[in-house]
Amino acid sequence: MTTTAVQQQGPAAVTPAPTIAGHARNYWSRVRGGDIGGLPAVLGLIVLCTIFSIARPSFLTAGNFANLLTQGAATTLIAMGLIFVLLLGEIDLSAGFASGVCAAVLANVVTVLGFPWYVAVLAAVVTGVVIGTVLGFLVAKIGIPSFVVTLAGFLAFQGIALMLMEEGKNIAVRDEVLVAIANRNLTPLLGWLLALVAVVGYGVTQLLRQRNRAARGLVTDPIAVVLARIGGLALILGVAVFILNLERSRNVLITSLKGVPIVVPIVAVLLVIWTFVLQRTRYGRHVYAVGGNREAARRAGIDVDRIRISVFVICSSMAAVGGIVAASRANSVDPNTGGSSVLLYAVGAAVIGGTSLFGGKGRMLDAVLGGAVIAVIDNGMGLMGYSSGVKYVLTGVVLLLAASVDAFSRRRSAATGTR
Amino acid sequence: MPATPLLELRGIDKSFGPVQVLRDVAFAAHAGEVTALVGDNGAGKSTLVKCISGIHPTDAGEFVFDGRPATIHSPRDAAALGIEVVYQDLALCDNLDIVQNMFLGREKLNGIVLDEPTMEQMAAETLAGLSVRTVKSLRQHVSSLSGGQRQTVAIAKAVLWNSRLVVLDEPTAALGVAQTAQVLELVRRLADNGLAVVLISHNMNDVFAVSDRIAALYLGQMVAQVKTTDITHAQVVELITAGRSGGLGLTAEPGQGRNGTDGQPAGKTAGGDR
Repeated sequence: MTTTAVQQQGPAAVTPAPTIAGHARNYWSRVRGGDIGGLPAVLGLIVLCTIFSIARPSFLTAGNFANLLTQGAATTLIAMGLIFVLLLGEIDLSAGFASGVCAAVLANVVTVLGFPWYVAVLAAVVTGVVIGTVLGFLVAKIGIPSFVVTLAGFLAFQGIALMLMEEGKNIAVRDEVLVAIANRNLTPLLGWLLALVAVVGYGVTQLLRQRNRAARGLVTDPIAVVLARIGGLALILGVAVFILNLERSRNVLITSLKGVPIVVPIVAVLLVIWTFVLQRTRYGRHVYAVGGNREAARRAGIDVDRIRISVFVICSSMAAVGGIVAASRANSVDPNTGGSSVLLYAVGAAVIGGTSLFGGKGRMLDAVLGGAVIAVIDNGMGLMGYSSGVKYVLTGVVLLLAASVDAFSRRRSAATGTR
Repeated sequence: MPATPLLELRGIDKSFGPVQVLRDVAFAAHAGEVTALVGDNGAGKSTLVKCISGIHPTDAGEFVFDGRPATIHSPRDAAALGIEVVYQDLALCDNLDIVQNMFLGREKLNGIVLDEPTMEQMAAETLAGLSVRTVKSLRQHVSSLSGGQRQTVAIAKAVLWNSRLVVLDEPTAALGVAQTAQVLELVRRLADNGLAVVLISHNMNDVFAVSDRIAALYLGQMVAQVKTTDITHAQVVELITAGRSGGLGLTAEPGQGRNGTDGQPAGKTAGGDR
């Protein structure tokens, strides 16, 4: 009994038998209503990959695939943090240079001061937490618009990065572990093992949830759809691991190059953790609530300021992680780490993936989908021999397309009342 | 009908700086009844509601809840007593679904994980208990609901928590004819289920359709609190606009200021000779 007001107990829920056709119809009506999720990013990926593989067969090689993953990793990680900020309808323009500052701290601690790698990583992440706390405090407590605060951060962090590198010297990162993050691979066996763990873990949680809901008489997805999802994940991971486990070295006699890049499981684990936080915890629910209707969240007793500060902390910490990966990939940190297009690519990745710039809508997976689109454009255009200029223009066009899809789907959902 | 009201306010004063908004207001809400709170703009309806819900502290006066003196200093105190307020602008999040909205800020947890099945079940039971049949799925986003359905969700959210007194601020103001009927039916059902309901409304048709009692505020003073059956449409309008109507209201003689059936103070004059 939930309330004294309830006198007659109705059936807990009317449970129509789940059908695949019904599920498909529901999905289609959601798409028509403007709830398109990651659909444009997936379609875009397919189209781009098809074009590039036809134009440049070298695009479709195992070596290039591995390259793509390590190229897109830093952008994706920063985009993951940005999604928290975007969910509140805020923006963090300083995330790129925040990652640069954190990378500079990392390089200073490990190379100049000579501490072990884990101290350096900790120092970089703590730097991110501090940066995020300051930004969040200025936005939530002082009440400066996040655009202005982080624009100031964008300039200031650029300066701090310069100062940390004594006016522009670059600092090498030679620590074995740090370099391995973006440059070494898992053994093929370990790759398969991790893929297996991921598929089994996903399958078990999905099926348990299904059983739990069915046992309580709640509406469930058709079992075929659940199995298809698990099968789909198994297929994607299986194919990816298989390709990455192929020999990628030009000359096997000199060196063998195969296996899943180490950065891939790092991104995957963070994806799982943050997805869990957003979808399954009270904190995540409150983030969506504040993004959807701040006043309603406040009246529901949610500490809105705390949520607003926390998303900036998460964003800057993830920027730190992105900075570490970038430093690892380049084997060094220079004043331009996290500069130029890094931030715009990260925002672009989140938006292309389906996260709304208006707040309240977005998932962690968006960062990965959007990050993949950006990496494919970057990589494919490079292979086609286009200049950086053309690359930037195309990325800008894609970002605009994604933002218009976002705006259009918002209008659409306002018109049809679905989201 | 229970003899003692569930909530009784006596001699409530409230000023904002030099402006006295409520003057010696007496108000009672009975379990199982709908008490309509009427008054013109600026009469003090919202302030009175905010005093009841703990948002504004009162300057003077006493609260009696369920026969015992109570103090309400914050919305938390009010919620602990079982007082819930459904505000005019609903305070729902469009991007969350019905269940998520109903439990917002008070989510059920299983360890650190949200306990979705339990929340969905409780939401379904509450809606079924209110005989709500109009929503297709509990997992619909609120943005896809009609105005009436949103109001229903907001009300269901308020009664989910063993609440005993629900205050509804203009629940039908933005609704069409059919949806208004739907919501009024729900309001009636709340009272029939044993809750005390306070309905703020400008719409006399609504007030006469569902209320058991009418309390009229005029310039911060409670000018009458009478049974709906003892008063006419025109009299209520007079009370709202002029503060008096025949034997009722500000200048009424003490004996006639009472509605005579349960002896509660009915007006400024009647309250004044306590």
